[in-house]
Amino acid sequence: MTSGGIRIKAWVATICALFAGAAWANPEPGQLNMTRGVTEWSSEPYFLNNVALGVCVVIGIVVFGAMFVAMFRFRKSRGAVAEKWSHNTTLEVVWTTIPVIILIVLAYLATGGLKSFADTTGSQMTVKVTGFQWKWRYDYVEYQGKPVDKVGFISKLDRESDETRQLKSGLDPNAVKVDGYNTYLINVDEPLVVPVGTKIRFVITAGDVIHSWWVPALGWKMDAIPGIVNAAWTNIKEPGVYRGQCAELCGQDHGFMPIVVKAVPKAEFEQWLAQKQQAAQPQPAAPQQPAAPAPASSSAAPKTAQAAAPATSHQG
Amino acid sequence: MAHAATHDHHDDHHGAPKNFFVRWCMSTNHKDIGTLYLVFSLLMFFIGGSFAMVIRAELFKPGLQLVQPYFFNEMTTMHALVMIFGAVMPAFVGLGNWMIPLMIGAPDMALPRMNNLSFWILPFAFTLLLSTLFMPGGGPAGGWTMYPPLSLQGDSVAPLVFAVHLMGISSIMGAINIIATILNMRAPGMDLLKMPVFVWSWLITAFLLIAVMPVLAGAVTMLLTDKYFGTSFFNAAGGGDPVLFQHIFWFFGHPEVYIMILPAFGIISEIIPTFSRKPIFGYKAMVFAIASIAFLSFIVWAHHMFAVGLPLGAEIFFMYATMLIAVPTGVKVFNWVSTMWGGSMTFETPMLFAVAFVILFTIGGFSGLMLALVPADFQYHDSYFVVAHFHYVLVTGAIFAIIAATYYWLPKWTGHMYSEFWGKVHFWNSVIWVNVLFFPQHFLGLAGMPRRIPDYNVAFANFNMISSIGGFLFGASQLIFLGVLVHAVWFSKKKAADRVWEGAKGLEWTVPSPAPYHTFELPPVIHEDELAHGHVED
Repeated sequence: MTSGGIRIKAWVATICALFAGAAWANPEPGQLNMTRGVTEWSSEPYFLNNVALGVCVVIGIVVFGAMFVAMFRFRKSRGAVAEKWSHNTTLEVVWTTIPVIILIVLAYLATGGLKSFADTTGSQMTVKVTGFQWKWRYDYVEYQGKPVDKVGFISKLDRESDETRQLKSGLDPNAVKVDGYNTYLINVDEPLVVPVGTKIRFVITAGDVIHSWWVPALGWKMDAIPGIVNAAWTNIKEPGVYRGQCAELCGQDHGFMPIVVKAVPKAEFEQWLAQKQQAAQPQPAAPQQPAAPAPASSSAAPKTAQAAAPATSHQG
Repeated sequence: MAHAATHDHHDDHHGAPKNFFVRWCMSTNHKDIGTLYLVFSLLMFFIGGSFAMVIRAELFKPGLQLVQPYFFNEMTTMHALVMIFGAVMPAFVGLGNWMIPLMIGAPDMALPRMNNLSFWILPFAFTLLLSTLFMPGGGPAGGWTMYPPLSLQGDSVAPLVFAVHLMGISSIMGAINIIATILNMRAPGMDLLKMPVFVWSWLITAFLLIAVMPVLAGAVTMLLTDKYFGTSFFNAAGGGDPVLFQHIFWFFGHPEVYIMILPAFGIISEIIPTFSRKPIFGYKAMVFAIASIAFLSFIVWAHHMFAVGLPLGAEIFFMYATMLIAVPTGVKVFNWVSTMWGGSMTFETPMLFAVAFVILFTIGGFSGLMLALVPADFQYHDSYFVVAHFHYVLVTGAIFAIIAATYYWLPKWTGHMYSEFWGKVHFWNSVIWVNVLFFPQHFLGLAGMPRRIPDYNVAFANFNMISSIGGFLFGASQLIFLGVLVHAVWFSKKKAADRVWEGAKGLEWTVPSPAPYHTFELPPVIHEDELAHGHVED
């Protein structure tokens, strides 16, 4: 609600974002398949999806093919006479064994991917994501081993989408565009800014009901659950703006709490972070010094259970 | 009740009470109660379908044109609850009621009065559930899965929980009755391994029901006490755990999914041999496959929860267990195809629906296999891909099987043939539009559209519009079904033979059409070659 200046800057930043690299990472009209994504990990689900789809298509062609052959060859109208057999052990053993082998291959592929996803060690940055009805809060906890203080903000649906999406608003969703790309319901007032080429650990929780943080270009979603802190990681390879949405029903505006991740080169990110930190500094210094419980935000909050998400001061 | 008004036929039957109220409300006759279940289920199918029409109308194009988001959520929630508990489950219980005694040579269900009670609970349960839509605060809007804390924000927790309790009691009583009937009332010579596959599938389903409905009752009772009595089972601030609910719910929920598909397997296993004029391929394998699917259903529940942050070991276990289900399911599909192979096939409406079931259910099974792969599920989960998946297994699976069964046994129930022409019109419309409706939803999910949203980015507009058009036309096609039913029950002049279908085998075809009010008052003498599976050595 406050911080007009920062928001305008964020807007400008979003608009100026490198869009070229992000093509096909965000939903495209007529898109038929999953995105390959832009992270070290996101090719895993993409690859598995394609392999599994291929396997299914082949099995489908064989089984349905046999069925259609049967339906044409063994019609009564063509004079077919029913045979009497109703059992064939060899055949049954074969078609039980073949699926088992296919499944073992698929399971092997899936397990490999899963292990690398579960490993959040060695991260160079930590971002805390908190879901609220119906917005996200991002807190930068740590970058390159150094704790980050008081860089955190609420990220919610951009105003243009919000006005357009009102019942019978009369506004055209097709008109909501950023850089020629339609961003209706997938744009926010302030995106999460992260560096590329950095293993980023996300710690994800929620303040009220269960949400789910999903950016398809990153290749995963993770539920944000009150009272539980989930962990996931990403390492984005290409700069760009990556869009997603809440993926767990969370109430009336579940469809209206998008996620935008803006990945920028490291140097640019460091500059942005420094700016943010600076903007956060002077405020608590001015009125009274002792009260500020600044560093408590990340360590003390989890102990006091969920409800009270770190009450760090807003941006402005 | 609306379902009572729609039928007053069978008046020529021996022994049926003449008084309408006595006949239908106080009935202990398995056929009348079966009819009540089926009519109730049809009514719920249209009510649940009208909710789906609201959903598809709002999703026709981007922007909110018709309803507020909260009401949209009420629609998705009620659509699921009504279709699952009101349409699919009662339809199978109705088919079981009608056909199980006829198929095993029993005079009636084992516990006829309980049968009456278990049906008559349902209208009250659904009146209660549907009335919440007209109450201040609205109906449940937290999804049929009722995940807390969200579901506890609503004002209709109490009626919802009470309605679920009633449905659960009804299902448990129905299941006890079916088990008691099958295990105690078979005619001499009707060995367990000579029973029709449909009876087997219901026996196994009934055990699933008894096992898991109390679990659901426990879960929703905890919701109730969390909401009104200050407990904190699922409230993290009070030391509880919202994920606990999901574990309990899906321990019920996954077997529930199979409760809605195993009887469908049974139906298809009756219809395909009949119209192929060839005994079912691998009878014992079919029965064993159903039993192993039922067993596996208890150890796969967390595959609905891959994104809640399960430990690695749990994700791997539930992934492997889930993938295992593909083996017995594959056996079933292969056996259906082998039953057709070398047969002498005709394609009346029940067979058309059965063939469509095999293909389209298998497509739903394929997407199920894809969903089982955890890394891929991190993308699919809670997207439209999931919506497409479960509608393929539930609409083109369960509901197509119910429709197939209706066409298959309707002549036996009414004594009249339905119109084959209009049955085929219904089939082709259904099978085309259901694919226009649900196939594009795979693409929407893969492109990143989450489920349960009332509005979406314009990138999703084209497939949503196609899907909505398919939805409206699929919905309209079901009015043809209604017309065929009304015609067959009241207007059809064409008398049905006792053995309605040339290739039909089994005891139900040895009684006259329409089936008299009382059948098998004396146990039938069973001739092995009259049974669908009795004479087969395997």
